[in-house]
Amino acid sequence: MSALSRVVRSGVSRRWVQTVVIMLATAAAVTAGVLGIGLLVASNAPFDHAFAAQRGAHLTVLTDPAKATAAQLAASAEADGVAEASGPFAVAQVMVLPPPPPGLSEPPVGAHGPVLTVAARTGPGTGVDQVTLVEGRWPGKPGEALLAAGGDFRVDVGDTLTMGDGTNAQDVTVVGLARSVSDTADAWMTPGGLAAVPSMSSGYQMLYRLDDAGTASRVGDARDAVTAALPDGAVTSARSWLVVKKEANDQTSLFVPFLLTFGALSLLLSVLIVGTVVAGAVGSTTRRIGILKALGFTPSQVVRAYVAQALLPASAGAVLGVVVGNLVAVPLLADTEDLYGTVALTIAPWVDAAVLVGALAVVTITASAAAGRAGRLSAVDALAVGRTPTADRGRYAARVAARLPLPRPMTLGLARPFSAPARAAAMVLAIAFGAAAVTLAAGLATSLNRIQVAADHSAADVVVDGFGDDGPPGAQHTARPGTEPEPADPVAVAAALDAESGTAHWLGYAETDAVVPGLTGGSSLVEYTEDPGWVGYELVAGRWFTRPGEAVVPTEVLRSTDREIGDSLTLTHDGTQVTLRIVGEVFDPGNNDGLVLTQADASTTLTTWLVSVADGNDPGEYADALQQALDPLDLTAHPQGTDGADELVVIIDALAGLLTLMLVTVAGLGVLNAVVLDVRDRVHDIGIHKALGMTPRQTLTTVLSSVVLIGLVGGLVGVPAGVLLHGILMPAMGDGAGVELPQVVLSVFGPWELAVFALGGLVLATAGALLPAGWAARTRTATALRTE
Amino acid sequence: MTAPLIELNGVTRRYDGGPPALDDLSLTVATGEAVAVLGPSGSGKSTLLNLVAGLDRPTAGTVTVGGSRIDTLGEAASAKYRRATIGLVFQFFNLLDDLTVLDNVVLPAQLAGAARRETTRRAAELLRTLGIDRHAGAYPGRLSGGERQRVAVARALMNRPALLLADEPTGALDTASGADVRRLLTDLHADGQTMLLVTHDRTLATECATRTIEVVDGRIAADTALAPLR
Repeated sequence: MSALSRVVRSGVSRRWVQTVVIMLATAAAVTAGVLGIGLLVASNAPFDHAFAAQRGAHLTVLTDPAKATAAQLAASAEADGVAEASGPFAVAQVMVLPPPPPGLSEPPVGAHGPVLTVAARTGPGTGVDQVTLVEGRWPGKPGEALLAAGGDFRVDVGDTLTMGDGTNAQDVTVVGLARSVSDTADAWMTPGGLAAVPSMSSGYQMLYRLDDAGTASRVGDARDAVTAALPDGAVTSARSWLVVKKEANDQTSLFVPFLLTFGALSLLLSVLIVGTVVAGAVGSTTRRIGILKALGFTPSQVVRAYVAQALLPASAGAVLGVVVGNLVAVPLLADTEDLYGTVALTIAPWVDAAVLVGALAVVTITASAAAGRAGRLSAVDALAVGRTPTADRGRYAARVAARLPLPRPMTLGLARPFSAPARAAAMVLAIAFGAAAVTLAAGLATSLNRIQVAADHSAADVVVDGFGDDGPPGAQHTARPGTEPEPADPVAVAAALDAESGTAHWLGYAETDAVVPGLTGGSSLVEYTEDPGWVGYELVAGRWFTRPGEAVVPTEVLRSTDREIGDSLTLTHDGTQVTLRIVGEVFDPGNNDGLVLTQADASTTLTTWLVSVADGNDPGEYADALQQALDPLDLTAHPQGTDGADELVVIIDALAGLLTLMLVTVAGLGVLNAVVLDVRDRVHDIGIHKALGMTPRQTLTTVLSSVVLIGLVGGLVGVPAGVLLHGILMPAMGDGAGVELPQVVLSVFGPWELAVFALGGLVLATAGALLPAGWAARTRTATALRTE
Repeated sequence: MTAPLIELNGVTRRYDGGPPALDDLSLTVATGEAVAVLGPSGSGKSTLLNLVAGLDRPTAGTVTVGGSRIDTLGEAASAKYRRATIGLVFQFFNLLDDLTVLDNVVLPAQLAGAARRETTRRAAELLRTLGIDRHAGAYPGRLSGGERQRVAVARALMNRPALLLADEPTGALDTASGADVRRLLTDLHADGQTMLLVTHDRTLATECATRTIEVVDGRIAADTALAPLR
């Protein structure tokens, strides 16, 4: 074995704590790097990649079964511009009924629920639109359904859905979840299963891939060719993939800034930690380098020895990090798939290779630089530097600290960072990253939850209506065929509500269809008896209406109708034209229908009342008590249904939590490594302290105090950085989604929260220093005194 | 007869299963004595000093100082014992380079929880007594070897220890500085300080000690009373 090999081997094995820390820090940094780059790659055109992977349908055509046969539909694959086709598949519009209210065996007449487009397919297929199974299995028999994952209608595998109408209904079990990037259906059943379910309408679906689908006009040409190839009137609707892509990208663009930020943070922190860990490890061995030089090692041999000494544990850590990174990526990318509505996101092999090579390159460069610097010193200087590395630095701080009215073990530690400013700066940066990530994640979670409250406007505790309503105004529902309830007497309802103890406040509203020039699709006019701010609506600009004739509308309506606050808006409602003056802009994300909120007048037929119960009242008990007063009015009182947190919010919270945990772990490892180096540098001094009567507890105090200022400064730097990132990220996410965010969503940090986050830097620093502080405290005095 | 301050009974210390550094050694030192422990390198002198200082524990036997067993103390209790009973002087001074002379000297008292004003007064008095008060604000790196050892002695005396332990106190000094430190230790003993000195320096032993102990291969080879110091 050569002298160089012996030096490397002994360096690695003798300094095993350092070796393990380098390995762990590299592993954590590589894990963060793999996930960071993985997220960055996943955020690059996710729809296009998933669409290509599934061979998505450029054109989805629905046909009337009475006008085109299956053979004619199959023959349409030969139409001009069509490259490939799949189908025909039977499709039907099927209503999912809500569960019956307590005490009833079936949903009441008039009950309504979401309508799903169900396609008859028995498998993912091999042609166009290869649907990806996310969970469970494909249906094998009637009574089973596969539901679209991440859609508006949320279910779990094993749930039972009641499909049908007032006279016929069938229970269907959800046996799996799948995703069609082309969004060709909300659910899939076997042909026999679909035929057995009562449906509102039915037809056939044909899916086409086109020779050229790059522009709307090329897709339009192909649609015309397909239409011409089929009997007249056979095509009932056709949808271009460009429409699906726009909808997907609208949603994706909401999350891209979020994932890009965390990806970039992970990558930066990885480079910082690997660099500082290796540079610190090599730098702390200057005296050993002096000894090697005294024995005849050349500077280049020194560099090679120390690069190898750093590369050995770093390589093991990098490989471990790649494995862990890929394992952690499974749930992370599954969440990202849900966010992006894509499929089969994985860490590409080139990402693993790039991170591995990149990490080892950083190790090589930093180790070479640190060892090269030590290697260029004369042997005598290297020996001297190694023995007294920091005697000249931080003396003023030590002198000041000695005069502080604090216990001496604490002041000894407080002065310590000034003796090793570069190391302290690296620790501050690592902690700042951690604190920024925690602040950002907490801010995002708060913002998203506030967005959800504002979007759902479901802050009322109890709903009074004639249906057993389960959703807020603006939600898409179809009335169950049957008799609509008679309008209730609003005066009697108001009297009942006012008479009920436990009522904090209430409002009534009526929601009716309206036609707003400039808005395509359905629009609703919602007339409230008072401003509905307490229900959860948030104003972006302007004010709430205070009298009939004033209106508040979402940003989307302003944009589509080219109106501003102060303008008039004329809409058709109940066959008459109504002109309203816009006085406010309300935040209403995720609702594509035109919504116009206004003040109810005496002619308004109220249908629903929302109640906030006084503190200390249970909404369920309140609703039961109120029901007795409402029975004569033929109304139902029930607690506001909550679907739980929005799935996307849950996913973002989970992602932010996971990424933050990872960043904090990496930052903590950075602190651990720096304190290990510091304790090693100071072990002789620690021995002197102990010989002079410092107890283990006092030693612990000294080492932990040495990171107090670092933790505080890291927190004070990181928290504003996190707030700043949040301030950049949220509007960017809002822009991506095409919504103006209200102030309540943007301003989420209170002074106390910020103070707690800043103290989080101290907690992180202390946690990172705890282990080496314990080692220092346990080190026997004689051992420490012998160590140099 | 004066009560013994140090009592070692059948003390053996082995490191990692090797031959004993100390082998069934028994020793008594009375209050007021100045004992010099002599012997070749590796004979067990420093091990003996470490055991008395509570820096190490014997493999067998008992170590009693001031009537208390110290071989059974934990790390925290050992530290408190050193604060209260022991003053330590090392061959290479072991001063903390980033602290001033004054801050070095007051450290043992501060670790014991004494107020800074009180400790500063005591330290100033010690520095004056030892003739290095002009260096109070200097850093150890700027002092000569002899001055540094005087600072180390001042620090060792800070808590008014019953026992001063010195490990080769002149080993790292030039001739003049060595003589200077010898005079200092002689004066301390003259003032009644009990001392245990570990040294190769026979001049130090004969000038400063009232008794010499020769340790060879972990055993006491000779125990000689010297004439009382001048």
